Amino acid sequence: MDDALVRAGRALRLVLLIALALLFLVPFYLLVRNGLSSEQDITSPDWTLFPSELRWGNIRELFDDTSVPFARSLLNSALIAVATTLGTLVLASLAGYGLARIPYRHANKVFYAVLGTLMVPAAVTFVPSFVLVSSLGWISTLRGLIVPTLFSAFACFVFRQYFLGFPRELEDAAQVDGLGYWRTYWLIVVPNARPVFAAVGTIVFLGAWNSFLWPLVIGQDQSAWTVQVALSSFTTAQVVRLHELFVAAAVSILPLLAVFLCFQRWIVAGVERSGID
Amino acid sequence: MSSRTVAGPATGPRAGGERAPGDRTAAARRGLTRRRTLWFWVFVGPFAAGLALFTYVPLLWSVGLSFFDAHNTVTPTRFVGLGNYTAMLSDGAFTGSLRTFLLFTAFIVPATYVLSLALALMVNRVRRAQAFFRSVFFLPAACSYVVAALIWKMSIFNGVRFGLANTVLDAFGAEPVAWLSTTHPPWYWLVIVTVRLWLQAGFYMILFLAGLQRIDPVLYEAAAVDGARPGPQVLRHITLPQLRATSVAVVLLLVVNAFQSFDEFYNLLSDARGYPPYARPPLVYLYYTALGQGQNLGTGSAGAVILALIIAVVTVGQARWFGLGRTDADG
Repeated sequence: MDDALVRAGRALRLVLLIALALLFLVPFYLLVRNGLSSEQDITSPDWTLFPSELRWGNIRELFDDTSVPFARSLLNSALIAVATTLGTLVLASLAGYGLARIPYRHANKVFYAVLGTLMVPAAVTFVPSFVLVSSLGWISTLRGLIVPTLFSAFACFVFRQYFLGFPRELEDAAQVDGLGYWRTYWLIVVPNARPVFAAVGTIVFLGAWNSFLWPLVIGQDQSAWTVQVALSSFTTAQVVRLHELFVAAAVSILPLLAVFLCFQRWIVAGVERSGID
Repeated sequence: MSSRTVAGPATGPRAGGERAPGDRTAAARRGLTRRRTLWFWVFVGPFAAGLALFTYVPLLWSVGLSFFDAHNTVTPTRFVGLGNYTAMLSDGAFTGSLRTFLLFTAFIVPATYVLSLALALMVNRVRRAQAFFRSVFFLPAACSYVVAALIWKMSIFNGVRFGLANTVLDAFGAEPVAWLSTTHPPWYWLVIVTVRLWLQAGFYMILFLAGLQRIDPVLYEAAAVDGARPGPQVLRHITLPQLRATSVAVVLLLVVNAFQSFDEFYNLLSDARGYPPYARPPLVYLYYTALGQGQNLGTGSAGAVILALIIAVVTVGQARWFGLGRTDADG
């Protein structure tokens, strides 16, 4: 009797999960469906689950359309995301290692100064950051889009926590062998800390690719648009070619899906050990 | 992202030279300390300098600028004292945007909390295809607010008849709804809340899953021995209390993120004709004040400072209220 109840509960849970999973996938389906449809199939009052024809040519049409700087914005996003990820990994891992392992009298004070900026919501400083970047003459430049975002207190914090828990024996052996901090770091620590680099790198890459407010503020010329800004400008434009908009959005998430599928394990691990719990 | 590890002070670096042999002179030890200090700054210096330049300088600049008249310029022109602050606080549009935010937070925080916890509880207990379900719910985290807003605005919740939501309504014989422009009843809330729910629930589900996996199974066995019925009783007396630290962190992150919402509001509601005055969160308002046509950077800065203070008060207050410091110790 009880057994049957437990089994019924389990089945119910599975049904609920499958229903929710389908619901979560609907937006992705719509993105692809509309991206590969004709304009009529998107706006038809008789909406159907499947479009009347699949138009793969929409992708080529998007890149052929010279009135929209889509290819350029895609390239900008790629450059920004890669540069931000590499720069953040180098800067934050060095700082995290220094804070965790190099004895210095005021290390704690420096650490708290870093930590303090985590409490400052990044979005709230966008007005003064805009002021600073514009006074450097960096508006509408890739510099202006990349450099200010390289100093992630979050990444530094994750690296420091990770290195604190790193076994000391390896480094001690390296020091006995006469390696200084610099070579110990590059030859011993980095190769052994690949998981945390992968986790932080993936999170930073997703964040850089998806960020919107800062590129919107800084990328005023079309030449400095990121893919998010370009998409947003299509949605607020007077005349919208819907199928082009949707295929652009679908293309814009492809690199992310690739990164996501390759590194999903690391994202989960990174989120779990990001010091949140 | 604050946490228990945040609250604990750094396990301080060991004092230099503690293992120095007895014959080492004081001068040599001082040399070692100096060398370590140098290396510390080689490692930490570039990061610290950048953080100072791109976070601390803008902050201080903003506070300074908020006391000045600064239209269309980044150079303060005329000292106005607290004028910008009183202007912002008596500006109905700005205070209205704060009210909008409060309402939005009151919706989205409990909704995300319940959904992500429910997903975690179900995914945690499913036997087959656990990784599949986890991926599906986490997948939206790889999607940007811009893309999600596009799907919501142009495909699900269109005002015209071709949207998915209106197609479904039509199947039930109901009249189509102009989702984004209907304020009575506030149908646009449904659009705003569901898009954020979809994007962030999976992320918080992961946090809850991590918390669930740390709960000692012995607790559940003991509860079963004591005759607790699986389900609500176990949830209330074991699972939820054990998830306390995670819950505090989740609520904290949810509130701070809601405070900073910008992307989906901007992309859902603005169009070629501008931005409607309803549903305007503070960041959207500041964006238009400081960088819109007026370029009023003085009052924009004052608004940013006010917003930062509110966030600080809420964050610290919530941490105190839920005893973030205490859960640190017994976690």
